[in-house]
Amino acid sequence: MTTLLTRPPSLRVPPRRRPAARRWLRAVTPLALLAGWEGGVRGGLLDPDKLPAPSAVLETGWRLALEGTLGEYLLDSVQRAVLGLLIGGLLGLALGTLAGLVRLGDDLVDPTVQMARMLPHLGLVPLLIIWVGIGESLKVTLVALGAFFPIYLNTYSGIRNIDERLVEAARTCGLSSLERIWHVVVPGALPSLFLGVRLAFAAGWLSLVVGEQVNGQGGLGFMMMEAREFSQTDVVVLGLVAYALLGLVSDLLLRLGERRLLAWRHGLRAR
Amino acid sequence: MAARTAGPVTATGVRRAFGDTVVLDGVDISIAAGEVVALLGGSGSGKSTLLRILAGLDGEATGDVSTTGATAVVFQEHRLLPWKRVAANVALGVRGPALRERVDAALEEVGLADRRDAWPAELSGGQAQRVAFARALVREPDLLLLDEPFGALDALTRLRMQTLFGRLRATHGFAALFVTHDVDEALLLADRVLVLDGGRIAEDRPVPLPRPRAVDMPGFGASRRSLLDLLNVPVG
Repeated sequence: MTTLLTRPPSLRVPPRRRPAARRWLRAVTPLALLAGWEGGVRGGLLDPDKLPAPSAVLETGWRLALEGTLGEYLLDSVQRAVLGLLIGGLLGLALGTLAGLVRLGDDLVDPTVQMARMLPHLGLVPLLIIWVGIGESLKVTLVALGAFFPIYLNTYSGIRNIDERLVEAARTCGLSSLERIWHVVVPGALPSLFLGVRLAFAAGWLSLVVGEQVNGQGGLGFMMMEAREFSQTDVVVLGLVAYALLGLVSDLLLRLGERRLLAWRHGLRAR
Repeated sequence: MAARTAGPVTATGVRRAFGDTVVLDGVDISIAAGEVVALLGGSGSGKSTLLRILAGLDGEATGDVSTTGATAVVFQEHRLLPWKRVAANVALGVRGPALRERVDAALEEVGLADRRDAWPAELSGGQAQRVAFARALVREPDLLLLDEPFGALDALTRLRMQTLFGRLRATHGFAALFVTHDVDEALLLADRVLVLDGGRIAEDRPVPLPRPRAVDMPGFGASRRSLLDLLNVPVG
Protein backbone atom coordinates (compact mmCIF):
# COMPACT_ATOMS: atom_id res chain seq x y z
CA MET A 1 0.00 0.00 0.00
CA THR A 2 2.86 2.35 0.74
CA THR A 3 3.93 2.10 -2.87
CA LEU A 4 0.76 3.88 -3.81
CA LEU A 5 1.80 6.87 -1.74
CA THR A 6 5.19 7.14 -3.38
CA ARG A 7 3.72 7.17 -6.86
CA PRO A 8 4.00 10.63 -8.41
CA PRO A 9 0.61 12.26 -8.76
CA SER A 10 0.99 12.82 -12.50
CA LEU A 11 0.98 9.07 -13.08
CA ARG A 12 -2.26 8.49 -11.28
CA VAL A 13 -4.85 6.94 -13.55
CA PRO A 14 -8.24 8.65 -13.38
CA PRO A 15 -10.93 6.29 -12.17
CA ARG A 16 -12.83 4.88 -15.12
CA ARG A 17 -16.56 5.29 -15.22
CA ARG A 18 -18.41 2.08 -14.72
CA PRO A 19 -19.73 0.53 -17.97
CA ALA A 20 -23.35 0.87 -16.84
CA ALA A 21 -22.93 4.56 -16.15
CA ARG A 22 -21.29 5.07 -19.51
CA ARG A 23 -24.12 3.32 -21.30
CA TRP A 24 -26.61 5.72 -19.77
CA LEU A 25 -24.45 8.62 -20.76
CA ARG A 26 -24.54 7.50 -24.37
CA ALA A 27 -28.34 7.58 -24.34
CA VAL A 28 -28.45 11.21 -23.24
CA THR A 29 -27.99 12.89 -26.65
CA PRO A 30 -30.56 10.86 -28.62
CA LEU A 31 -33.09 11.23 -25.81
CA ALA A 32 -32.53 14.98 -25.69
CA LEU A 33 -33.02 15.20 -29.47
CA LEU A 34 -36.26 13.26 -29.22
CA ALA A 35 -37.51 15.47 -26.41
CA GLY A 36 -36.57 18.59 -28.38
CA TRP A 37 -38.41 17.26 -31.44
CA GLU A 38 -41.55 16.47 -29.43
CA GLY A 39 -41.40 19.82 -27.64
CA GLY A 40 -40.82 21.63 -30.95
CA VAL A 41 -43.97 20.19 -32.47
CA ARG A 42 -46.09 20.77 -29.38
CA GLY A 43 -44.77 24.27 -28.93
CA GLY A 44 -45.72 25.12 -32.52
CA LEU A 45 -42.15 25.57 -33.74
CA LEU A 46 -42.45 22.62 -36.15
CA ASP A 47 -45.37 22.09 -38.50
CA PRO A 48 -46.88 18.64 -37.73
CA ASP A 49 -47.78 18.29 -41.43
CA LYS A 50 -44.11 18.53 -42.28
CA LEU A 51 -42.76 16.63 -39.31
CA PRO A 52 -45.17 14.98 -36.88
CA ALA A 53 -44.15 14.51 -33.24
CA PRO A 54 -42.51 11.24 -32.22
CA SER A 55 -45.51 10.45 -30.08
CA ALA A 56 -47.79 10.80 -33.13
CA VAL A 57 -45.55 8.52 -35.17
CA LEU A 58 -45.57 5.99 -32.36
CA GLU A 59 -49.35 6.19 -32.19
CA THR A 60 -49.68 5.65 -35.94
CA GLY A 61 -47.31 2.72 -35.69
CA TRP A 62 -49.38 1.18 -32.94
CA ARG A 63 -52.58 1.68 -34.93
CA LEU A 64 -51.16 0.14 -38.11
CA ALA A 65 -49.65 -2.71 -36.13
CA LEU A 66 -53.05 -3.48 -34.61
CA GLU A 67 -54.64 -3.36 -38.05
CA GLY A 68 -52.03 -5.81 -39.25
CA THR A 69 -50.89 -3.73 -42.22
CA LEU A 70 -47.57 -2.75 -40.67
CA GLY A 71 -46.64 -6.36 -39.97
CA GLU A 72 -47.63 -7.35 -43.48
CA TYR A 73 -45.53 -4.62 -45.13
CA LEU A 74 -42.63 -5.38 -42.81
CA LEU A 75 -42.73 -9.05 -43.76
CA ASP A 76 -42.79 -8.16 -47.47
CA SER A 77 -39.67 -6.05 -47.06
CA VAL A 78 -37.87 -8.61 -44.91
CA GLN A 79 -38.61 -11.36 -47.42
CA ARG A 80 -37.16 -9.33 -50.27
CA ALA A 81 -34.11 -8.48 -48.20
CA VAL A 82 -33.44 -12.05 -47.11
CA LEU A 83 -33.89 -13.45 -50.60
CA GLY A 84 -31.67 -10.80 -52.17
CA LEU A 85 -28.99 -11.16 -49.52
CA LEU A 86 -28.98 -14.92 -49.91
CA ILE A 87 -28.65 -14.81 -53.68
CA GLY A 88 -26.07 -12.03 -53.79
CA GLY A 89 -24.23 -13.28 -50.72
CA LEU A 90 -23.89 -16.87 -51.86
CA LEU A 91 -22.78 -15.77 -55.30
CA GLY A 92 -20.22 -13.40 -53.77
CA LEU A 93 -19.00 -16.12 -51.42
CA ALA A 94 -18.65 -18.66 -54.21
CA LEU A 95 -16.84 -16.36 -56.64
CA GLY A 96 -14.71 -14.80 -53.88
CA THR A 97 -13.61 -18.25 -52.75
CA LEU A 98 -12.85 -19.30 -56.31
CA ALA A 99 -10.79 -16.19 -56.99
CA GLY A 100 -9.09 -16.34 -53.58
CA LEU A 101 -8.08 -19.98 -53.72
CA VAL A 102 -7.45 -20.79 -57.36
CA ARG A 103 -5.08 -18.80 -59.54
CA LEU A 104 -7.10 -19.50 -62.68
CA GLY A 105 -10.23 -18.34 -60.90
CA ASP A 106 -8.39 -15.19 -59.84
CA ASP A 107 -7.45 -14.40 -63.45
CA LEU A 108 -10.89 -15.14 -64.83
CA VAL A 109 -13.04 -13.56 -62.14
CA ASP A 110 -11.30 -10.82 -60.23
CA PRO A 111 -10.52 -8.20 -62.91
CA THR A 112 -14.07 -8.37 -64.21
CA VAL A 113 -15.61 -8.04 -60.77
CA GLN A 114 -13.27 -5.17 -59.90
CA MET A 115 -14.43 -3.35 -63.03
CA ALA A 116 -18.11 -4.07 -62.44
CA ARG A 117 -17.69 -2.77 -58.90
CA MET A 118 -17.15 0.70 -60.30
CA LEU A 119 -20.71 0.77 -61.62
CA PRO A 120 -23.01 2.34 -59.03
CA HIS A 121 -25.53 -0.47 -58.84
CA LEU A 122 -28.39 1.83 -57.86
CA GLY A 123 -27.84 3.65 -61.14
CA LEU A 124 -28.80 0.44 -62.89
CA VAL A 125 -32.44 0.86 -61.91
CA PRO A 126 -33.66 2.11 -65.33
CA LEU A 127 -31.87 -0.72 -67.09
CA LEU A 128 -33.12 -3.27 -64.59
CA ILE A 129 -36.68 -2.07 -65.06
CA ILE A 130 -36.33 -2.81 -68.76
CA TRP A 131 -34.81 -6.19 -68.04
CA VAL A 132 -36.87 -7.57 -65.18
CA GLY A 133 -39.80 -5.21 -64.89
CA ILE A 134 -40.94 -3.34 -61.80
CA GLY A 135 -42.11 -6.34 -59.81
CA GLU A 136 -40.50 -8.42 -57.09
CA SER A 137 -37.52 -9.41 -59.21
CA LEU A 138 -36.38 -5.79 -59.42
CA LYS A 139 -36.22 -5.44 -55.65
CA VAL A 140 -34.53 -8.77 -55.12
CA THR A 141 -32.04 -8.12 -57.90
CA LEU A 142 -31.11 -4.75 -56.46
CA VAL A 143 -30.54 -6.20 -52.99
CA ALA A 144 -28.55 -9.08 -54.46
CA LEU A 145 -26.35 -6.67 -56.40
CA GLY A 146 -25.80 -4.57 -53.30
CA ALA A 147 -24.86 -7.62 -51.23
CA PHE A 148 -22.68 -9.28 -53.83
CA PHE A 149 -19.76 -6.87 -53.96
CA PRO A 150 -18.92 -6.46 -50.27
CA ILE A 151 -19.13 -10.22 -49.73
CA TYR A 152 -17.05 -10.98 -52.79
CA LEU A 153 -14.36 -8.42 -51.93
CA ASN A 154 -14.06 -9.43 -48.29
CA THR A 155 -14.08 -13.15 -48.99
CA TYR A 156 -11.33 -12.61 -51.52
CA SER A 157 -9.16 -10.44 -49.31
CA GLY A 158 -9.87 -12.61 -46.27
CA ILE A 159 -8.48 -15.63 -48.08
CA ARG A 160 -5.58 -13.71 -49.59
CA ASN A 161 -4.48 -12.24 -46.27
CA ILE A 162 -4.20 -15.52 -44.43
CA ASP A 163 -0.78 -15.95 -42.89
CA GLU A 164 1.10 -18.25 -45.24
CA ARG A 165 3.19 -19.48 -42.33
CA LEU A 166 0.13 -20.98 -40.66
CA VAL A 167 -0.77 -22.84 -43.83
CA GLU A 168 2.79 -24.14 -43.92
CA ALA A 169 2.65 -25.25 -40.28
CA ALA A 170 -0.60 -27.09 -41.02
CA ARG A 171 1.17 -28.81 -43.88
CA THR A 172 3.95 -30.04 -41.61
CA CYS A 173 1.21 -31.38 -39.34
CA GLY A 174 0.14 -33.65 -42.18
CA LEU A 175 -3.05 -31.86 -43.24
CA SER A 176 -4.24 -32.47 -46.79
CA SER A 177 -5.15 -29.47 -48.91
CA LEU A 178 -8.87 -29.90 -48.19
CA GLU A 179 -8.14 -30.15 -44.48
CA ARG A 180 -5.97 -27.03 -44.69
CA ILE A 181 -8.86 -25.15 -46.24
CA TRP A 182 -11.18 -26.28 -43.50
CA HIS A 183 -8.85 -25.76 -40.54
CA VAL A 184 -6.85 -22.76 -41.68
CA VAL A 185 -8.41 -20.90 -44.60
CA VAL A 186 -12.05 -20.88 -43.51
CA PRO A 187 -11.49 -19.74 -39.91
CA GLY A 188 -8.76 -17.38 -41.04
CA ALA A 189 -11.03 -15.68 -43.55
CA LEU A 190 -14.01 -15.56 -41.21
CA PRO A 191 -13.34 -12.17 -39.57
CA SER A 192 -13.07 -10.54 -42.98
CA LEU A 193 -16.17 -12.39 -44.16
CA PHE A 194 -18.13 -11.04 -41.21
CA LEU A 195 -17.10 -7.55 -42.16
CA GLY A 196 -18.33 -8.29 -45.68
CA VAL A 197 -21.68 -9.54 -44.42
CA ARG A 198 -22.10 -6.45 -42.30
CA LEU A 199 -21.41 -4.17 -45.28
CA ALA A 200 -23.69 -6.34 -47.40
CA PHE A 201 -26.51 -5.82 -44.92
CA ALA A 202 -26.06 -2.08 -45.09
CA ALA A 203 -25.91 -2.07 -48.90
CA GLY A 204 -28.83 -4.50 -49.05
CA TRP A 205 -31.12 -2.32 -46.95
CA LEU A 206 -30.19 0.72 -48.98
CA SER A 207 -30.92 -1.09 -52.24
CA LEU A 208 -34.23 -2.26 -50.84
CA VAL A 209 -35.28 1.27 -49.92
CA VAL A 210 -34.51 2.48 -53.42
CA GLY A 211 -36.10 -0.55 -55.08
CA GLU A 212 -39.31 -0.35 -53.10
CA GLN A 213 -39.82 3.27 -54.04
CA VAL A 214 -39.82 2.46 -57.74
CA ASN A 215 -43.27 0.96 -57.62
CA GLY A 216 -44.85 -2.30 -56.78
CA GLN A 217 -47.07 -3.80 -54.20
CA GLY A 218 -46.43 -4.27 -50.52
CA GLY A 219 -43.39 -3.48 -48.49
CA LEU A 220 -42.42 -0.52 -46.38
CA GLY A 221 -41.47 1.58 -49.41
CA PHE A 222 -44.91 1.06 -50.90
CA MET A 223 -46.47 2.09 -47.60
CA MET A 224 -44.42 5.27 -47.57
CA MET A 225 -45.09 6.20 -51.19
CA GLU A 226 -48.78 5.64 -50.69
CA ALA A 227 -48.79 7.74 -47.54
CA ARG A 228 -47.04 10.56 -49.37
CA GLU A 229 -49.87 10.68 -51.91
CA PHE A 230 -52.26 11.31 -49.05
CA SER A 231 -49.85 13.55 -47.16
CA GLN A 232 -49.75 11.16 -44.21
CA THR A 233 -46.40 12.40 -42.96
CA ASP A 234 -46.64 10.28 -39.82
CA VAL A 235 -46.75 7.09 -41.91
CA VAL A 236 -43.79 8.27 -44.00
CA VAL A 237 -41.73 8.86 -40.86
CA LEU A 238 -42.95 5.54 -39.47
CA GLY A 239 -41.59 3.81 -42.58
CA LEU A 240 -38.21 5.43 -42.00
CA VAL A 241 -38.19 4.32 -38.39
CA ALA A 242 -39.10 0.78 -39.42
CA TYR A 243 -36.24 0.69 -41.95
CA ALA A 244 -33.83 1.92 -39.31
CA LEU A 245 -35.02 -0.66 -36.81
CA LEU A 246 -34.64 -3.45 -39.35
CA GLY A 247 -31.07 -2.37 -39.99
CA LEU A 248 -30.39 -2.21 -36.27
CA VAL A 249 -31.85 -5.65 -35.57
CA SER A 250 -29.91 -7.29 -38.40
CA ASP A 251 -26.71 -5.70 -37.13
CA LEU A 252 -27.37 -6.93 -33.61
CA LEU A 253 -27.97 -10.48 -34.84
CA LEU A 254 -24.76 -10.31 -36.78
CA ARG A 255 -22.79 -9.13 -33.78
CA LEU A 256 -24.21 -12.01 -31.79
CA GLY A 257 -23.09 -14.50 -34.40
CA GLU A 258 -19.71 -12.84 -34.59
CA ARG A 259 -19.19 -13.06 -30.87
CA ARG A 260 -19.90 -16.78 -30.97
CA LEU A 261 -17.86 -17.70 -34.01
CA LEU A 262 -14.93 -15.39 -33.36
CA ALA A 263 -14.59 -16.11 -29.65
CA TRP A 264 -10.87 -16.67 -30.12
CA ARG A 265 -10.37 -13.02 -30.95
CA HIS A 266 -11.51 -11.87 -27.55
CA GLY A 267 -8.37 -13.39 -26.13
CA LEU A 268 -6.42 -11.21 -28.56
CA ARG A 269 -8.31 -8.09 -27.65
CA ALA A 270 -7.82 -8.59 -23.95
CA ARG A 271 -4.07 -8.22 -24.34
CA MET B 1 14.87 -47.64 -50.94
CA ALA B 2 17.18 -46.43 -48.24
CA ALA B 3 18.92 -49.03 -46.14
CA ARG B 4 17.15 -49.63 -42.85
CA THR B 5 20.24 -48.83 -40.92
CA ALA B 6 20.19 -45.34 -42.41
CA GLY B 7 18.95 -42.60 -40.18
CA PRO B 8 15.67 -40.81 -40.38
CA VAL B 9 16.97 -38.43 -43.03
CA THR B 10 19.55 -38.59 -45.78
CA ALA B 11 19.99 -35.94 -48.42
CA THR B 12 22.50 -35.77 -51.22
CA GLY B 13 23.32 -33.10 -53.75
CA VAL B 14 20.70 -30.65 -52.53
CA ARG B 15 20.65 -27.49 -54.64
CA ARG B 16 18.46 -24.47 -54.38
CA ALA B 17 18.68 -21.14 -56.14
CA PHE B 18 16.53 -18.05 -55.79
CA GLY B 19 16.78 -16.44 -59.19
CA ASP B 20 20.49 -16.15 -59.94
CA THR B 21 21.53 -16.52 -56.33
CA VAL B 22 22.60 -20.04 -55.54
CA VAL B 23 21.92 -20.60 -51.85
CA LEU B 24 22.57 -24.31 -51.59
CA ASP B 25 25.10 -25.80 -53.96
CA GLY B 26 25.21 -29.53 -53.45
CA VAL B 27 24.62 -30.19 -49.78
CA ASP B 28 25.02 -33.71 -48.42
CA ILE B 29 23.60 -34.40 -45.02
CA SER B 30 22.77 -37.51 -43.09
CA ILE B 31 21.48 -37.86 -39.59
CA ALA B 32 21.57 -41.08 -37.58
CA ALA B 33 18.70 -42.30 -35.47
CA GLY B 34 18.55 -40.42 -32.19
CA GLU B 35 21.32 -38.03 -33.13
CA VAL B 36 21.07 -34.31 -32.39
CA VAL B 37 22.72 -32.15 -35.02
CA ALA B 38 23.15 -28.40 -34.91
CA LEU B 39 23.25 -26.48 -38.17
CA LEU B 40 25.29 -23.30 -37.88
CA GLY B 41 26.08 -20.62 -40.39
CA GLY B 42 26.02 -16.91 -40.94
CA SER B 43 22.81 -15.20 -41.77
CA GLY B 44 21.78 -15.81 -45.36
CA SER B 45 23.86 -18.97 -45.52
CA GLY B 46 20.79 -21.06 -46.32
CA LYS B 47 20.32 -22.82 -42.97
CA SER B 48 16.58 -22.31 -42.90
CA THR B 49 16.28 -23.09 -46.60
CA LEU B 50 17.96 -26.44 -46.04
CA LEU B 51 15.68 -27.21 -43.10
CA ARG B 52 12.60 -26.35 -45.14
CA ILE B 53 13.78 -28.63 -47.91
CA LEU B 54 14.23 -31.50 -45.46
CA ALA B 55 10.75 -30.77 -44.10
CA GLY B 56 9.31 -31.11 -47.58
CA LEU B 57 8.21 -27.48 -47.70
CA ASP B 58 10.26 -26.43 -50.72
CA GLY B 59 9.07 -27.74 -54.05
CA GLU B 60 11.77 -26.06 -56.11
CA ALA B 61 14.89 -27.64 -54.66
CA THR B 62 16.74 -30.35 -56.53
CA GLY B 63 18.66 -33.30 -55.18
CA ASP B 64 17.72 -36.43 -53.29
CA VAL B 65 16.05 -36.24 -49.91
CA SER B 66 14.83 -39.41 -48.28
CA THR B 67 13.22 -39.50 -44.90
CA THR B 68 11.97 -42.50 -43.00
CA GLY B 69 9.52 -42.45 -40.15
CA ALA B 70 7.62 -39.48 -38.79
CA THR B 71 8.95 -35.96 -39.08
CA ALA B 72 7.79 -32.97 -37.08
CA VAL B 73 8.78 -29.32 -37.37
CA VAL B 74 9.11 -26.56 -34.81
CA PHE B 75 9.48 -23.07 -36.23
CA GLN B 76 10.97 -19.93 -34.76
CA GLU B 77 7.48 -18.55 -34.26
CA HIS B 78 5.04 -20.88 -32.58
CA ARG B 79 2.65 -20.87 -35.58
CA LEU B 80 -0.31 -22.07 -33.55
CA LEU B 81 -3.70 -21.54 -35.17
CA PRO B 82 -5.20 -18.65 -33.20
CA TRP B 83 -8.75 -19.95 -33.68
CA LYS B 84 -8.09 -23.31 -32.07
CA ARG B 85 -7.61 -23.89 -28.39
CA VAL B 86 -4.29 -25.29 -27.21
CA ALA B 87 -5.40 -28.94 -27.15
CA ALA B 88 -6.91 -28.72 -30.65
CA ASN B 89 -3.72 -27.15 -31.92
CA VAL B 90 -1.66 -30.00 -30.52
CA ALA B 91 -4.06 -32.57 -31.98
CA LEU B 92 -4.05 -30.94 -35.44
CA GLY B 93 -3.79 -33.62 -38.10
CA VAL B 94 -3.15 -36.43 -35.61
CA ARG B 95 -5.27 -39.53 -36.03
CA GLY B 96 -5.59 -42.70 -34.05
CA PRO B 97 -7.06 -43.96 -30.82
CA ALA B 98 -6.82 -42.28 -27.42
CA LEU B 99 -6.05 -38.96 -29.05
CA ARG B 100 -7.17 -36.95 -26.06
CA GLU B 101 -4.89 -38.90 -23.72
CA ARG B 102 -1.95 -38.49 -26.06
CA VAL B 103 -2.54 -34.76 -26.36
CA ASP B 104 -2.80 -34.40 -22.60
CA ALA B 105 0.37 -36.42 -22.12
CA ALA B 106 2.26 -34.21 -24.56
CA LEU B 107 1.02 -31.06 -22.84
CA GLU B 108 1.95 -32.55 -19.49
CA GLU B 109 5.47 -33.13 -20.72
CA VAL B 110 5.94 -29.48 -21.60
CA GLY B 111 4.32 -28.47 -18.31
CA LEU B 112 1.14 -26.97 -19.75
CA ALA B 113 -1.48 -29.58 -18.89
CA ASP B 114 -3.59 -26.90 -17.22
CA ARG B 115 -3.68 -24.68 -20.30
CA ARG B 116 -5.25 -27.19 -22.67
CA ASP B 117 -8.39 -25.07 -23.08
CA ALA B 118 -6.65 -21.71 -23.45
CA TRP B 119 -6.57 -19.73 -26.69
CA PRO B 120 -3.08 -19.25 -28.14
CA ALA B 121 -3.49 -15.49 -27.72
CA GLU B 122 -3.69 -16.01 -23.97
CA LEU B 123 -0.27 -17.63 -23.75
CA SER B 124 3.10 -16.02 -23.24
CA GLY B 125 5.73 -16.42 -25.94
CA GLY B 126 7.50 -19.19 -24.03
CA GLN B 127 4.27 -21.04 -23.31
CA ALA B 128 3.20 -20.86 -26.95
CA GLN B 129 6.52 -22.28 -28.04
CA ARG B 130 6.14 -25.10 -25.53
CA VAL B 131 2.75 -25.87 -27.07
CA ALA B 132 4.47 -25.95 -30.45
CA PHE B 133 6.86 -28.54 -28.98
CA ALA B 134 3.89 -30.54 -27.65
CA ARG B 135 2.35 -30.38 -31.13
CA ALA B 136 5.55 -31.91 -32.50
CA LEU B 137 5.90 -34.50 -29.72
CA VAL B 138 2.40 -35.89 -30.04
CA ARG B 139 3.34 -37.06 -33.53
CA GLU B 140 6.05 -39.29 -31.96
CA PRO B 141 8.62 -38.09 -34.48
CA ASP B 142 11.72 -40.01 -35.47
CA LEU B 143 13.11 -36.72 -36.66
CA LEU B 144 12.48 -33.29 -35.28
CA LEU B 145 13.38 -30.33 -37.47
CA LEU B 146 13.78 -27.08 -35.57
CA ASP B 147 14.27 -23.68 -37.15
CA GLU B 148 15.82 -21.43 -34.51
CA PRO B 149 13.25 -22.75 -32.07
CA PHE B 150 14.41 -20.56 -29.20
CA GLY B 151 15.36 -17.55 -31.28
CA ALA B 152 12.33 -15.44 -30.47
CA LEU B 153 12.45 -16.01 -26.72
CA ASP B 154 13.99 -13.92 -23.97
CA ALA B 155 17.27 -15.12 -22.46
CA LEU B 156 15.81 -16.77 -19.35
CA THR B 157 12.99 -18.53 -21.17
CA ARG B 158 15.53 -19.63 -23.69
CA LEU B 159 17.64 -21.37 -21.04
CA ARG B 160 14.59 -23.13 -19.65
CA MET B 161 13.54 -24.24 -23.12
CA GLN B 162 17.00 -25.62 -23.83
CA THR B 163 16.79 -27.70 -20.66
CA LEU B 164 13.32 -28.85 -21.65
CA PHE B 165 14.58 -29.83 -25.08
CA GLY B 166 17.37 -31.90 -23.53
CA ARG B 167 14.92 -33.68 -21.30
CA LEU B 168 12.45 -34.43 -24.10
CA ARG B 169 15.25 -35.69 -26.27
CA ALA B 170 16.45 -38.04 -23.50
CA THR B 171 12.91 -39.38 -22.98
CA HIS B 172 11.89 -39.84 -26.59
CA GLY B 173 15.16 -40.51 -28.33
CA PHE B 174 14.21 -38.66 -31.50
CA ALA B 175 16.84 -37.44 -33.90
CA ALA B 176 16.92 -33.69 -34.33
CA LEU B 177 18.34 -31.15 -36.69
CA PHE B 178 18.22 -27.65 -35.36
CA VAL B 179 19.16 -24.43 -37.04
CA THR B 180 20.76 -21.92 -34.75
CA HIS B 181 23.13 -19.00 -34.86
CA ASP B 182 23.99 -19.42 -31.21
CA VAL B 183 27.26 -21.30 -30.75
CA ASP B 184 26.62 -21.92 -27.05
CA GLU B 185 23.25 -23.45 -27.83
CA ALA B 186 24.80 -25.74 -30.43
CA LEU B 187 27.46 -26.91 -28.00
CA LEU B 188 24.99 -27.46 -25.17
CA LEU B 189 22.49 -29.52 -27.13
CA ALA B 190 24.10 -31.16 -30.13
CA ASP B 191 26.06 -34.36 -30.67
CA ARG B 192 27.41 -32.99 -33.89
CA VAL B 193 27.79 -29.57 -35.43
CA LEU B 194 27.50 -28.73 -39.12
CA VAL B 195 28.60 -25.39 -40.51
CA LEU B 196 26.97 -24.21 -43.71
CA ASP B 197 29.09 -21.87 -45.81
CA GLY B 198 29.14 -21.00 -49.49
CA GLY B 199 26.19 -23.28 -50.15
CA ARG B 200 27.92 -26.37 -48.83
CA ILE B 201 28.55 -28.12 -45.55
CA ALA B 202 31.93 -26.58 -44.78
CA GLU B 203 32.49 -28.34 -41.51
CA ASP B 204 31.15 -31.45 -39.84
CA ARG B 205 32.48 -32.15 -36.40
CA PRO B 206 31.30 -34.00 -33.30
CA VAL B 207 30.95 -32.12 -30.03
CA PRO B 208 33.56 -33.68 -27.78
CA LEU B 209 31.89 -32.75 -24.49
CA PRO B 210 30.37 -35.26 -22.06
CA ARG B 211 26.77 -34.83 -20.87
CA PRO B 212 25.34 -33.17 -18.87
CA ARG B 213 26.81 -30.04 -20.35
CA ALA B 214 27.16 -26.55 -19.02
CA VAL B 215 28.79 -23.43 -20.36
CA ASP B 216 31.30 -23.41 -17.47
CA MET B 217 32.47 -27.00 -17.91
CA PRO B 218 36.10 -27.65 -18.88
CA GLY B 219 36.61 -27.82 -22.63
CA PHE B 220 33.53 -25.74 -23.42
CA GLY B 221 35.49 -22.56 -23.92
CA ALA B 222 37.94 -24.20 -26.28
CA SER B 223 35.18 -25.76 -28.39
CA ARG B 224 33.40 -22.44 -28.47
CA ARG B 225 36.50 -20.60 -29.66
CA SER B 226 37.22 -23.05 -32.45
CA LEU B 227 33.61 -22.93 -33.64
CA LEU B 228 33.59 -19.16 -33.64
CA ASP B 229 36.82 -19.27 -35.63
CA LEU B 230 35.08 -21.39 -38.22
CA LEU B 231 32.29 -18.88 -38.42
CA ASN B 232 34.86 -16.11 -38.91
CA VAL B 233 33.92 -14.37 -35.70
CA PRO B 234 37.03 -12.92 -34.04
CA VAL B 235 37.20 -13.78 -30.35
CA GLY B 236 38.54 -10.96 -28.25
